[in-house]
Amino acid sequence: MEGVFTQTLVSGILIGFVYALIAVGLTMIFGMMDIVNFAHGEYLMVAMYFAYWFFVLFGMDPLYSLPLVTVLLFLLGVITYYVFIRPIINAPMLSQIFVTFGILILLRGVAQYLWKGDYRMIPQTLTSGNVNIFGVYVGVSQLVAAAGAIICNGLIFWFLKSTRMGMAMEAVAEDKESARLMGINSDRMFALAWGIGIASVGVAGSLLSSFYYVFPEVGSNFCLMAFVVVALGGFGSVPGAFIAGIVVGLVEVLSGYLIAPSLKFMFVLLLYLGVVFIRPQGFMGRK
Amino acid sequence: MSSDILVVDNVTKRFGGLTANANISFSMKEGEIIGLIGPNGAGKSTLFNCISCFYNADGGRIVFKGQEITRKDPESICRMGIGRTFQIVRMFKDMNVLESIMIGAFLRNPKRKEAQARSEEVAGIFRFTDKLYLKATSLTISEQKRLEVARVFATGPKIMLLDEMMAGLNIHEIKESVELVLRLREMGITIVLVEHVMEGIMPIANRVVVLDYGEKIAEGTPDEVINNEKVIGAYFGQKYAKRRENKTRIQ
Amino acid sequence: MRKDLLVFILFMCILAVVPLFLRDAFLCHILIMIMMYATMSIGWNVIGGYAGQVSFGNAAFFGVGAYTTAVLLMNYNVNPWLGMLAGCVLSVGLAVVVGYPCFRLRGHYFAIATIAVGEIMVVIFTNWDYVGAAVGIYMPILEESLTNFEFHSSKIPYYYIILVMLLVAIAVSYFIEESRLGYYLRAIKDDPDGARSLGIDIQKYKMIAFSISAVLTSICGTFYGQYVLYIHPSSTMDLMMSIHLCIIALIGGIGKLFGPVVGAFVFIPLMELTRVYLGSEGQGIDMIIYSLLVIMIAIWRPQGLWALFSKGDK
Repeated sequence: MEGVFTQTLVSGILIGFVYALIAVGLTMIFGMMDIVNFAHGEYLMVAMYFAYWFFVLFGMDPLYSLPLVTVLLFLLGVITYYVFIRPIINAPMLSQIFVTFGILILLRGVAQYLWKGDYRMIPQTLTSGNVNIFGVYVGVSQLVAAAGAIICNGLIFWFLKSTRMGMAMEAVAEDKESARLMGINSDRMFALAWGIGIASVGVAGSLLSSFYYVFPEVGSNFCLMAFVVVALGGFGSVPGAFIAGIVVGLVEVLSGYLIAPSLKFMFVLLLYLGVVFIRPQGFMGRK
Repeated sequence: MSSDILVVDNVTKRFGGLTANANISFSMKEGEIIGLIGPNGAGKSTLFNCISCFYNADGGRIVFKGQEITRKDPESICRMGIGRTFQIVRMFKDMNVLESIMIGAFLRNPKRKEAQARSEEVAGIFRFTDKLYLKATSLTISEQKRLEVARVFATGPKIMLLDEMMAGLNIHEIKESVELVLRLREMGITIVLVEHVMEGIMPIANRVVVLDYGEKIAEGTPDEVINNEKVIGAYFGQKYAKRRENKTRIQ
Repeated sequence: MRKDLLVFILFMCILAVVPLFLRDAFLCHILIMIMMYATMSIGWNVIGGYAGQVSFGNAAFFGVGAYTTAVLLMNYNVNPWLGMLAGCVLSVGLAVVVGYPCFRLRGHYFAIATIAVGEIMVVIFTNWDYVGAAVGIYMPILEESLTNFEFHSSKIPYYYIILVMLLVAIAVSYFIEESRLGYYLRAIKDDPDGARSLGIDIQKYKMIAFSISAVLTSICGTFYGQYVLYIHPSSTMDLMMSIHLCIIALIGGIGKLFGPVVGAFVFIPLMELTRVYLGSEGQGIDMIIYSLLVIMIAIWRPQGLWALFSKGDK
């Protein structure tokens, strides 16, 4: 039994890194412009479909198409900003909520129309198969996904803290007006945030497509997970999202293992409610 | 002391390391007009927030008509009879003048018809009768401030806390505000005014309380306070205060 | 307000006589669905539109109404009308239990919390054998009568029942708008701290609004169970249903009396007709259409489509 327990723990941590990656974009966007992107999970779904079709049509392994998908999603994020988000930057919260919800349904509707509701899966990839590490069997794709997520998270963190553009973004997140007085174009920073945020979801989607089913509704579960991660880590905090991702991954698998697999989603949601009532700012939140 | 309508007793309020109010004490009798003055950052609005329970004081007590209100919430305070306006005027964006006043009037008049009638009455007192159906946000700043006072007045308060009601007004508007405050007093309301506009507050206040750096540094009639060395020092700097003091002594 | 009422009366009269000319059962079904969703959306409008608290979990009340009636009927032979009452009581209970902690949350946190609560309920009901788990409940077939709340030979009695419910919902909405509750909710939506400074207990009034919302949604749940005679978690508590309720109100006009009615008349036909006429080819087209509608309205016309009909509103 101990072997299964360790197995579960490991898989929880691994998927947790991916949750963190998905959440990082969400938290960046909220931190910068106070907008919750309810459509976040749908971009993941789009990325997964892109990876799938690159495989089916061109025979590209998801790992090879990853850079391509990332760039495409970056563009998608920037386009989303300019077309849908910029008009409502200063609109009441109700309008902002409904626009991002609208995008959610739009993306899902397009996916359903183009590709129907069938469950699809990439049959064989570079990362298929298992590997044995210290007695624990781990799927290679899960391992690669986790590694990719860690790298990507690290890159984003480095970008925000160490590059001029990244620091400019943090400045805008803290105080838009002052940043403007120092010559920082907040409009472009917002577009960049959307680009990076959605691109990171693109990376996650590519990585997930190696071992996860692809279907129009795949985004919604991951999206809720991402919300819990963001709440737990603190809205607006990138390092917070990283730690919280692992915690949420662990809570998910442990509640599935210790209590019942069909209820694990509920426990993650209860975690959200718990955080939001007891410590609304999460681990490292600012607002 | 039993005739005091409001007693502020050693009130302290901290925000992390910063002490915004330190052991502030004063009391008011019914029907008085009290001025609360002091340089920017002295803690005047914090004190207002403590009295109206938007913040809860960390130390000390606040007693209203014999009842302790230190730990209550803003809506209870209003229902008990303390009303307040805000330093930065806040209007209900989608309401007109009449509806705004009705929100206040509904407190003592649950039925719509009565609330509306009372609001029209209040609007008359505050000279809004010909502006009843204008959007609140389309009024001038001075009218919006007056509307805020009207709204609070409609809740039927015994004490009104007016936060920088005269800020940004011209001479004519200040005169109107002063008349308004006096009329409120005639109607039996005790008034505390936070102000920077001295010509508005000094002529009408019974007593003035002066805050500086979170502490009360002086209390007395306007005349007493104006000549108080500590008060002069707070506004103009210690050097000037000392020089002035020496000059008066020499004379 | 008076002009609204005239339009309303005319409209209701038309709806009341339509069944006399109706031959097509499917058309009757669509109208029933429109009225049911309009009623529920009016319920959502009370908490989301008037009070400004965006709830993405109102379908939970629908589910509670449906399941309470079903379980009471199936296991204890309780009359569905009494079951409806019981459903309302439980729904209000749920509203209070959820609202009490959640209303302290601001904006986005509250919206996400309602999603969380709704999804938790789906998980619970999908795994709870007493209520049939994922399979759900087949309603016991009773003799056709009004007291039994079941009709088998025609949809028309159902039509009139839901018409009455819609009427009740509109009346409730109207009375709220004209009363202190309505004014207070507007103030709470606009500026909660300003509202508190005028003596308004914002928690209490949000709770009242939420409870009314729960009741209006719950009675539709009961109605649905008696109409379709089969309920299960994904037909009664789905997140998508909660979202549809919001969308209907948004499209028609959030916070407006007839907004949800207009919205339902736009949304439901769109959904049902694309499904029927485009079939699996058109899967997703309705979503594309109404999502674009939602986005455009949210960006350009937040007052919704109702604003096109009523010029010079209040």
